[in-house]
Amino acid sequence: METKRETTPAIQLSGITKTFESVIANHNINLTVHRGEILALLGENGSGKTTLMNILAGIYKPDSGSIAIDGNPIVIHSPEDANNHGIGMIHQHFKLVEVHTAADNIILGDKKLGTFLKASRRERIKELSERYHLHIDPNKKVYNMSVSEKQTVEILKVLYRGADILILDEPTAVLTPQEATRLFEILRHMREQGCAIIIITHKLDEVMAISDRVTILRKGESVATVNTRETDVHKLTELMVGKAVELSIERPPVSHDGNLLEIHHLSVRNEDGVDALRDVTFDLNQGEILGVAGLAGSGQKELCETLAGLMKPYAGAVLYKNENIIGKTPAEIIKIGISMSFIPEDRLGMGLAASMSMVDNMLLKSYNKEKGPFLKRKGARALAGSLVEQLQIVTPNIDTPVRRLSGGNVQKVLLGREIESNPNVLITAYPVRGLDINSSYTIYNALNQQKEKGVGILFIGEDLDVMLELCDRIMVLCHGRITGIVNAKETTKEALGLMMADAAEKKEGKA
Amino acid sequence: MKHIGEPFVRVVKKTELSGGKLTLLSLLALLLAIVAGGLFILTLGKNPFLVYQSIFSGAFRSPLAIQGTIKIAIPLLISALAITLAFKMKFWNIGAEGQIIMGAIFASYFALFHDTLPHFLLLLLMLVAGMVGGGLWGLIPAFFKSKFGTNETLFTLMLNYIALYLIKYLTEGPWRDPSSSGFPKIATFAPNAQLDKVLGVHAGWVIALLLVVFVFVYLRYTKQGYEISIVGESQNTARYAGMNVGKIVMRTMFLSGAVCGIAGMTQATGAAFTLGESVAGGVGFTAIIVAWLARLNPFYCVVMTLFLSALQKGSSVMQSAFGLSTYVSDVLQGIILFVILGFDFFIQYKLVFRGARKK
Amino acid sequence: MIYFLFAAIKAGTPLLLGTTGEIVTEKAGNLNLGVEGMMFLGAFAGFYVGHHTGSVLLALLASCIMGALGALIYAFLTVTLKANQTVSGLALTIFGTGFANFFGQIMIAGTEGGVPKLPDGFMARLAETPIPLLGNIPVVGKLLFSHNPLVYVAVIISVLCFIYIAKTRPGLNMRSVGENPAAADAAGINVTAVKYIHIMLGGAICGLGGAYISLINGGGVWNNNCVNGQGWIAVALVIFASWSPIKAIIGSLVFGAFSVLQFYAPKDIIDIPNAFYVMLPYLITAIVLVISSVKKSKEHTQPAGCSVNYFREER
Repeated sequence: METKRETTPAIQLSGITKTFESVIANHNINLTVHRGEILALLGENGSGKTTLMNILAGIYKPDSGSIAIDGNPIVIHSPEDANNHGIGMIHQHFKLVEVHTAADNIILGDKKLGTFLKASRRERIKELSERYHLHIDPNKKVYNMSVSEKQTVEILKVLYRGADILILDEPTAVLTPQEATRLFEILRHMREQGCAIIIITHKLDEVMAISDRVTILRKGESVATVNTRETDVHKLTELMVGKAVELSIERPPVSHDGNLLEIHHLSVRNEDGVDALRDVTFDLNQGEILGVAGLAGSGQKELCETLAGLMKPYAGAVLYKNENIIGKTPAEIIKIGISMSFIPEDRLGMGLAASMSMVDNMLLKSYNKEKGPFLKRKGARALAGSLVEQLQIVTPNIDTPVRRLSGGNVQKVLLGREIESNPNVLITAYPVRGLDINSSYTIYNALNQQKEKGVGILFIGEDLDVMLELCDRIMVLCHGRITGIVNAKETTKEALGLMMADAAEKKEGKA
Repeated sequence: MKHIGEPFVRVVKKTELSGGKLTLLSLLALLLAIVAGGLFILTLGKNPFLVYQSIFSGAFRSPLAIQGTIKIAIPLLISALAITLAFKMKFWNIGAEGQIIMGAIFASYFALFHDTLPHFLLLLLMLVAGMVGGGLWGLIPAFFKSKFGTNETLFTLMLNYIALYLIKYLTEGPWRDPSSSGFPKIATFAPNAQLDKVLGVHAGWVIALLLVVFVFVYLRYTKQGYEISIVGESQNTARYAGMNVGKIVMRTMFLSGAVCGIAGMTQATGAAFTLGESVAGGVGFTAIIVAWLARLNPFYCVVMTLFLSALQKGSSVMQSAFGLSTYVSDVLQGIILFVILGFDFFIQYKLVFRGARKK
Repeated sequence: MIYFLFAAIKAGTPLLLGTTGEIVTEKAGNLNLGVEGMMFLGAFAGFYVGHHTGSVLLALLASCIMGALGALIYAFLTVTLKANQTVSGLALTIFGTGFANFFGQIMIAGTEGGVPKLPDGFMARLAETPIPLLGNIPVVGKLLFSHNPLVYVAVIISVLCFIYIAKTRPGLNMRSVGENPAAADAAGINVTAVKYIHIMLGGAICGLGGAYISLINGGGVWNNNCVNGQGWIAVALVIFASWSPIKAIIGSLVFGAFSVLQFYAPKDIIDIPNAFYVMLPYLITAIVLVISSVKKSKEHTQPAGCSVNYFREER
């Protein structure tokens, strides 16, 4: 009996399938987690990790498949069901009510409390936070909080509910290394207390550091489950991407010289009045790919928007062929040949109009070039047709709304348009976000072609391995400051990682 | 094979429908709505077929009836087109009522105080004045929306009242007709300041039909129309494409208000021949419903407008035939709207029943 | 002056009820522009039942039920069928207005002399009566403690709603649903149920406001079109009161005061055209709206989830 209980998993998912519209997000997935275990759920962006966990958390309903907790088959109709079964999920995009205090967010949905809200609830939250060494001010409103404070509230929310099955969706994406280390300590502590923990990530070093077992998803299917001790980073990568990757991205030599963009002491404040870029100075040369690395929210977006004329810096200059472009309108900047494409997390929403056809999307930056009040769709139609061929875009026809295309094809449409506008400077942020390997290579090749033509490319990326192979130089941003600009051939991932955390450490040291 | 964990019925978002299917479903919704209205008539102890028939004949049986229907339709259609412009941009303008009023006020100024000008010059002046008046009233919320993000739904609602009480002020004060002794009112416009009739109805219907074509072409084939769709689609996309979103919002709202202003001008100079508090009379709100049910398509707007106008006109005939007061048209309108609005659900979502997906 | 304020309170009460009802609705994340319609439904139901039964309690109950039923249509459309909130609310206003006038007309046609009246005893029970002791206090007694009973009911409802929203757990749940339904859902709150309950509760309160108009303001006689835009004023007042039922008490007093000011203002001292008195509240509301958007305040403004329907599987 004892032994049997030992082997009964806390969670057993069998044959889970979930589709969205025409996209299969999860296909026949099996997964188990035991108590006292940390399971890493590993996979590329878009491999279906979050969807699977949202099913467990009661957000999505599966099309088919079954869920068992401690061996008992159950049905999770809603997040409330999930809570009742002791499942707590910390979402990547926090589910917090901005205008409420930390305390009110934490107690939200607790049915054991009486009808009236008591002032003592704040004390209870304070105690709870101190018990776990997670310091927050219970009276602080969420909209006044930093990202890591918000995450702390999310964790406390789950702890408050007494959840013993914990799901964390990319919890370290927004954290400094120190904060991440502290988070891992908490997780280990909870594991010792018999919790079952699932952590979603695509960072291999984290998998190795924290997990006991790893389940790998690829394109919506569970391809393998391995013990962390018996594997290594290379094997995991292989499983994750499907074949032994020799990440061999071409890097044609830099054939041009002379710089295109000179950025001098650029300082920008974001909407909340916080410094997002501080004294940023660098050059972008003709025919080179300059990578920009950094943790999420280190100022990448603000850099893109400032160069595109969408944000106004309070200090500094941007010289394009020795002319300051600060103060020019976005339309004027597009006209002189600086093109920017930013792939946001939802892919659409910046740069593309989702419910419009490819043809109409081609017009987005060029519609105003023609004279007269009317739109001329002829050229755009031809362009859309040729892009479909060049980049192998899969679409029923060029009049189909781009919303109906798959993520990879949407990105090809976007990037293709930018390239076809014959820019001199191409700023591209996360162009391979969520793409499979093949599509990614199509895009790397397209970028390299531009580079050989002499275009200066600013490549804002996430994957350091890719940047090390693709870029000529890599610039690292941390908290809006440049912490280093290095030659990609002469640096290592570890060195970049240290630079990415640099300012954070200094800051912590002072505090 | 029954899986545990599958609920009996689930709601799933649909992929977008093709044009043909959409039209079919829309027609089905309209049919269902008419049936629902019929059920209501049935509960009143009347024969729904006869009632509908009398509504229909009431609206179309004679040239005079048709003229009456069209007269109701004119301001509704024009305002629905104006709403279409704003809604296409996802600017939730519910201030058509106020914009109609301001258009009427501006136009009335010339009708009252410059009625000796040559007829066509005067009409043109009134048209332009109406557009400026309505346009300015549309511009105000657009300005605050793009500068500070002020909620346009609530703000335009307030502007409706301010416009309404401006008429009240003019009626009781500076523009009061000195020759009317009792209840304060504004004088009837001189014949020179009245909109001409074309085929028995004031020329507003010609303007309305021209506007249908204009709005269609404007939205579909011009750069500015393209900008409106992009802003409506995503403000970020518009910004990234180098568009000046604030400018586009203000320009479009000026235009939307100006079109409403035309409705106000035609109402004052073509229908009422004076300026009164009822010059808009709820048309601005009904127009929102028309535009929405027409899925922001100018041609469908014509269909929906005719449908609602016929209902309203025909019900006055029904009053004498069946002893049902004209208010029944409001009730029917409400029921029909409920059904069509609710039916939209089946265009966007589908229900998946347990076991249906097994192959 | 006392008479002026007294009249202001009297005129402000139906606005207070409509506003409180709409605040409850909006706090749960639904902009219901059907207030006018729901007040009409309540006005008719209250009068009809009062007319036939002579019971004040039944009349008020009927008006609440009818208001809630109107809100139920709206809730079904927007919450279950996810229809556009603005348009659904407008449809409800058209329906409610038509419904009350249509059946009102039938009631008029079915009454001898064409004037449906409330029984005499009925009116007596809703008459203005000084509260014992308190009503005898000079000035204050007349001003605050000599009203018809519905005035107190309205104020009590507002205060209760305030306490409910700010100080109770269900109130917290409801505010969370209104601000961020996804967060509330993840916390195990039944978003659909919360929305239905509060839309209907709001509708019931609006319905009561309608009853006040037909029973008190109508002087015991049914008038078609009796609500006459007061529901829309209530929607405006919600903004003026910055979504707080307590501020709504003050706000409805201000709006009520301006609506009767033209009858009391000393014309020899300040001679402003009457129309401006009535316009002023809307102007102030518009200014309040702009100021709060300039300040970019997240609180004391429309709940963030308002007028957006929630679909859990939205991606």
